[in-house]
Amino acid sequence: MIAKTLQDMFKRYRRPGDVVFAVLFLAFAVFLLSQLGDQTKVVKRTKWFAQPGLWPTIAIWCMVVFGFLHWLSSALSDRISGRWTEVGFWVRSFEYVAYFLIYVLVVPQLGYLPSTMLFAVFLTLRVGFRGANAIGIAAFFGFVVTIVFRGFLQVKIPAGAVYEYLPDSVRAFALTYL
Amino acid sequence: METLLSGISILLQWQVIVALLIGSIGGVIIGALPGVGAAVAIAILLPATFAFEPIVGLTLLLGIYGSSMYGGAIPAILINTPGTAVNALTTYDGYPMTKRGQGHRALSLAYSASFFGGVFAIICLMVLSPVLALVAPHFGSREIFLAALLGIILVVLAHRGQIFAAGMLAAFGIFLNSVGLEPVKYTRRFTFDQSWLASGIDLIVVVLGLFAISQAFLLLLEKNHAPGDTHVSGNIFAGLKELLGVKRVATVSSSIGVFMGMVPGTGEFTSQFLSYTYAQKTSKNPEKFGDGSPEGLVASEAANNAVPGAAMIPLLALGIPGEALTAMMLSVFYVHNVIPGPQLFENQMDFVLALYMALILLNVIVLVFLLFSTNLLLKIIQIPTRFLGVMILILAFVGVYSLRNSITDCAIAAGFGVFGLILKRLDLPIVPIILGMVLGGIMETKLRSAMARVKTPLDFIDRPIAAILFGLIVLILILHCRTLYFEFKNKLRPEPTMQPVDSDNPNQQG
Repeated sequence: MIAKTLQDMFKRYRRPGDVVFAVLFLAFAVFLLSQLGDQTKVVKRTKWFAQPGLWPTIAIWCMVVFGFLHWLSSALSDRISGRWTEVGFWVRSFEYVAYFLIYVLVVPQLGYLPSTMLFAVFLTLRVGFRGANAIGIAAFFGFVVTIVFRGFLQVKIPAGAVYEYLPDSVRAFALTYL
Repeated sequence: METLLSGISILLQWQVIVALLIGSIGGVIIGALPGVGAAVAIAILLPATFAFEPIVGLTLLLGIYGSSMYGGAIPAILINTPGTAVNALTTYDGYPMTKRGQGHRALSLAYSASFFGGVFAIICLMVLSPVLALVAPHFGSREIFLAALLGIILVVLAHRGQIFAAGMLAAFGIFLNSVGLEPVKYTRRFTFDQSWLASGIDLIVVVLGLFAISQAFLLLLEKNHAPGDTHVSGNIFAGLKELLGVKRVATVSSSIGVFMGMVPGTGEFTSQFLSYTYAQKTSKNPEKFGDGSPEGLVASEAANNAVPGAAMIPLLALGIPGEALTAMMLSVFYVHNVIPGPQLFENQMDFVLALYMALILLNVIVLVFLLFSTNLLLKIIQIPTRFLGVMILILAFVGVYSLRNSITDCAIAAGFGVFGLILKRLDLPIVPIILGMVLGGIMETKLRSAMARVKTPLDFIDRPIAAILFGLIVLILILHCRTLYFEFKNKLRPEPTMQPVDSDNPNQQG
């Protein structure tokens, strides 16, 4: 019993979508290999170990060889159902990539504090928490993160452009800490 | 003596003490939250620590690293959900004990074993220091190159069942490190005439994408789950005494943890596996393993907690990280121009001693904290996983954007987030990419400087340490090929009377 469960822990089982990833990775590696001549230069009067192209060449050839073997082992194994459902799951992550990048673009305009609180509340609503408690906690979390990182730890995040329009009494504070 | 006092004075700075407290207690909480883990937390906090003194930043990160596995044992034992991946084996014996109403006993044993393993590793580290200080100066460019090459080979071979995938991902890491302006001849490599690629791909951006953002995406997209409400009652101090009854298992498991922690690429999983197997084979009650055996629990927890201390040995002595978390810590050293390696032991022994003492203190803080606040932690960990995803994504932004306020960095990190999500969904390893990036850079620099003084190939291994390392590489490759040959031979041999172990999983890649 234990021997079996321990084996379960330390061995890998193929998952749906394995072969799709293997094909994509191999295609990427082959593309890089095709670009090797264009994207690296051979420097004259320089020995092989100091050539700028040495390590990209080693790395890409290893990617191609191991990538091919990985694809082969996936392709020769039995097909597991749910391949395209899995690929759909990967594609769905782009929705959150878009939200994340919008947040990144908004921060320098709206300021770190308001953007973070809004982003936290938006994501909380998006993932299905609709209660006032959840929204309140999300907003509070956004507030705490801002205070800790920008106010206390002084990490390098630019002040929001809209802070310039704040009254004099709070502008300096907002520009420094929020 | 003077060095020791200097080390103590470094440790007694208020910033170091605060970092130690936040790191160790924060690490326990992070470890106890299923779905977060030390790697995510360290990746997020890494850029923030660049503003601190190196000892403060490292103490904070080490605190999280060393204490997360303590915390991970709590949900593993009480709700059968490991807080961190390395606590998976703890569920085997911890949860059955909880079902029998012995949750407090299991927790107590886990804390004691973790403390024993953690402190044992640090003592080994301290004892080995003089040896390291003696040996480390003999590591020149060719020895460090060979040690890094050995690290890459071990990382790939350690991923049994997915060696091809580990190999291609390690190579991808080496490739990523080579993108951008080459530092000696100043030629562009794989920049595709894009200015944003000229400065290369930052390790921290990749780490944040692969560990933190990918985890956030995963938690946001997968079904929501919240650990159930639970409570532990009973004497939680009893395990401290009970550990004495299984001191042999604790000592051997910790020793295995120390050895595996020092070997690049092996880490917690292998040490746990070996310790657990050892404990089961030498036990008077092997049938109880997997059904609430205190020995099994101790073997698992002592081994995994011995790894963080031991993993610092190759990092401090040679500047070679053995796994992803020490690779992240290496960047803290580099940012502050503190170069780990032989010179560190010669010139900054007080700094090294302060680190050792901080490691011991963190184990004491965590043990005391856990003995008194387990029930409080059980309340904290009831955060729904999707909300955890929201939290991680927001925190990941701080990590990436604060590096150099670059929107491009954020986009690259988000791209690696998707890549990391795919790898996690497919159960493919992320660590080879990170080690490929770090060790690839080390190999490139060291090969160039080593070869300048090499006339014939044999000159490369004409020094004793270089020869030993080369011999080890050859031996490991031969042993691996031999194992593969015998496995292949065994597969060909028909065994009609035995049920294959994996008969119900025909897709297993062995």
